[in-house]
Amino acid sequence: MMAKYTLPVGPQHPALKEPESFWFKVEGEVIVDVDIRLGYNHRGIEKACESRNYIQCLYLIERICGICSHSHTTAFAQCVEEIAGLEIPARAKYIRVIVGELERLHSHLLWLGVAGHEIGFDTLFMYSWRDREAVLDLLELITGNRVNYAINTIGGVRRDIDGPKREQILSQLDLLADRAKFYADLVTTDSTCLARLENVAKFSAEQARAFGTVGPTARASGIDLDVRRDDPYAAYGEMPFKVIISDRGDLLGRAIVRLEEIGESIKILKYALQNLPDGPLTVKAPRKVPAGEAVSRYEAPRGEDIHYVRADGSDHPERVKVRAPTMANIYAIGESMKGSYVADIPIIIASIDPCFSCTDRMIKIVRQESGEARTMTWEELRQYGIRWYQQ
Amino acid sequence: MSIILDLVRILIFPGLLFTVVFSLFLEWLDRKLYARMQNRVGPPFRQPLWDLVKLISKEDIIPENANQFMYTVLPVLTVTSAVAAMIYVPIWNRESVYPFWGDLLVIVFLLTIPTMVLFLAGWFSANPFGVVGSFRTAIQFLSYEVPLLLAVLTPAVLAGSWSIRDIVLFQQEHPWAVAAQLAALAVALLALQGKLERVPFDAPEAETEIVAGPITEYTGPRLALFRLSTDIQLAVGVALLSNIFLAGAIGPWYLALLLFLAKCVVLVAIIAAIRAMMARLRIHQITSFYWKYLVPIAMAQMVIIVLIKGGVGV
Repeated sequence: MMAKYTLPVGPQHPALKEPESFWFKVEGEVIVDVDIRLGYNHRGIEKACESRNYIQCLYLIERICGICSHSHTTAFAQCVEEIAGLEIPARAKYIRVIVGELERLHSHLLWLGVAGHEIGFDTLFMYSWRDREAVLDLLELITGNRVNYAINTIGGVRRDIDGPKREQILSQLDLLADRAKFYADLVTTDSTCLARLENVAKFSAEQARAFGTVGPTARASGIDLDVRRDDPYAAYGEMPFKVIISDRGDLLGRAIVRLEEIGESIKILKYALQNLPDGPLTVKAPRKVPAGEAVSRYEAPRGEDIHYVRADGSDHPERVKVRAPTMANIYAIGESMKGSYVADIPIIIASIDPCFSCTDRMIKIVRQESGEARTMTWEELRQYGIRWYQQ
Repeated sequence: MSIILDLVRILIFPGLLFTVVFSLFLEWLDRKLYARMQNRVGPPFRQPLWDLVKLISKEDIIPENANQFMYTVLPVLTVTSAVAAMIYVPIWNRESVYPFWGDLLVIVFLLTIPTMVLFLAGWFSANPFGVVGSFRTAIQFLSYEVPLLLAVLTPAVLAGSWSIRDIVLFQQEHPWAVAAQLAALAVALLALQGKLERVPFDAPEAETEIVAGPITEYTGPRLALFRLSTDIQLAVGVALLSNIFLAGAIGPWYLALLLFLAKCVVLVAIIAAIRAMMARLRIHQITSFYWKYLVPIAMAQMVIIVLIKGGVGV
């Protein structure tokens, strides 16, 4: 038996797209223990929101995540609308659903590519990202942007989907459905994919529930959980779709759930585009939001996204709190890694579709002996940096 | 005169210069085909050369904790042994420039040196990823080496000689021999894929797992030498297989050279396709694949060859 040693993955490592640190205790090729350290990418967005007005906040919130930008703005706008007592028009609700589902398509195709790259299947990566371009083009057609769509505003949406655009989107959807089916067949039949994905990092429904997992990660362990159905927001109450669940609980299950969700998203998109109600896009929103607080839940591609906003009657929020889905999922992978192989580290981390910078929390360093923690001002931090580099 | 001739052979053709050009061409071909299979454009023709020049012109860094002597010697050793192997491979003729009765074995032996070097490179570079990569390199070496040797042994047994010249001559006289050992060619190609650490057998340098494995710490000119060595091993590998499995070259030297290149291109296309079609296996899956499937196939092929040899009486 080989001796135990520590394998640092991150904060800089090819498997990680964002800085985060995992320290693995490894025995030969088997992982014995893992220490997850968050906090490398904290950007202070929640605090920054407190000094901006609601419309400015919306654009800042959009930049929490590059993939689920629409999820965060919708969740935030829903909070503010609830506090202000606004009911947005039906057409705006449908457009929010359409952009949200296109975002899910592009997020799941992106995940498939990343997962393919993590298991060394670069051809899958190239193919799925090529197909993802079709979705990005549609998003650009609707919103004018590929990534940060900026379509939400407090009280509705900013751009309309007219007849020709609707036809163009519908014409692309069948192609995407075909591709999604092709990838689902590929992942479930290719022998090297199966060799890497089957029965790896399994967790049961009880474990998944105990760790509080959400989204596709939870659904792949057999937990029937989807905010779109359980607590419908926007126009999801009217949409026909079924919640995809797999009871496999392993990496393959998580891949299957995501790939089949693409098909369900396409169903929702078709229904929403064909039944787009007429009417205005926005209702007038007040600049100053009355005092109050609200929580809103949103089924982001990665799982349940929770926003909390407290208003104090002024034109800027008193407190904003974001719980991105990765925060709920990340500790489950830590546990499921024990007993897995070093070779599986990247794909297990990728299996929850992590987004570290959305999740990162400020870390507080406490001295173990004295229990003392200390705050550095900007000037102190600058002096510290200068001293550090002069050494 | 003969010293000058030897120097020309070693330094220019078919030695260092030709080998480097030929292997960079094969690298380009491999990357281009791989890219086209992935629906990408792929690199321009001179890209491998520019990559090499860029790496050579970069800063040369030796980690403080690494073994200075080994860190300097190993990159040179890996290239020299690979180039030395190329000298014994016939290119435009039935025989190489220095043919002798056991050149097939010498080539296989010279090709194992770069793998050993890779193991030592990871071990002495004082990096956890390097050490993990070293262990995987060693395990993979124990996996592919036996099927590779068994596969290479097949044409030698059929021709009754360890000399590449005799093997090529035998196959040109008996063309059916090429068809009789296709299974051994398949085993040899898969073993070569493992030797070159390419997908699906690239666990020793798996980028997303252990960064670059044994050569994680290497940068600049030393990394350039390691990459060049991998290219040359690819060139030696396909050149050797085109000789001992596909009847080598025949005809006037220019036709023979074209034929040789065509065979190399086909073999590179096959291993590029394997690379494009699969996901990376874990190291223990690689070992069990080689021992569970390839070794029995290679042995069965050997039995068939012995039976044919007895039946035909060649």
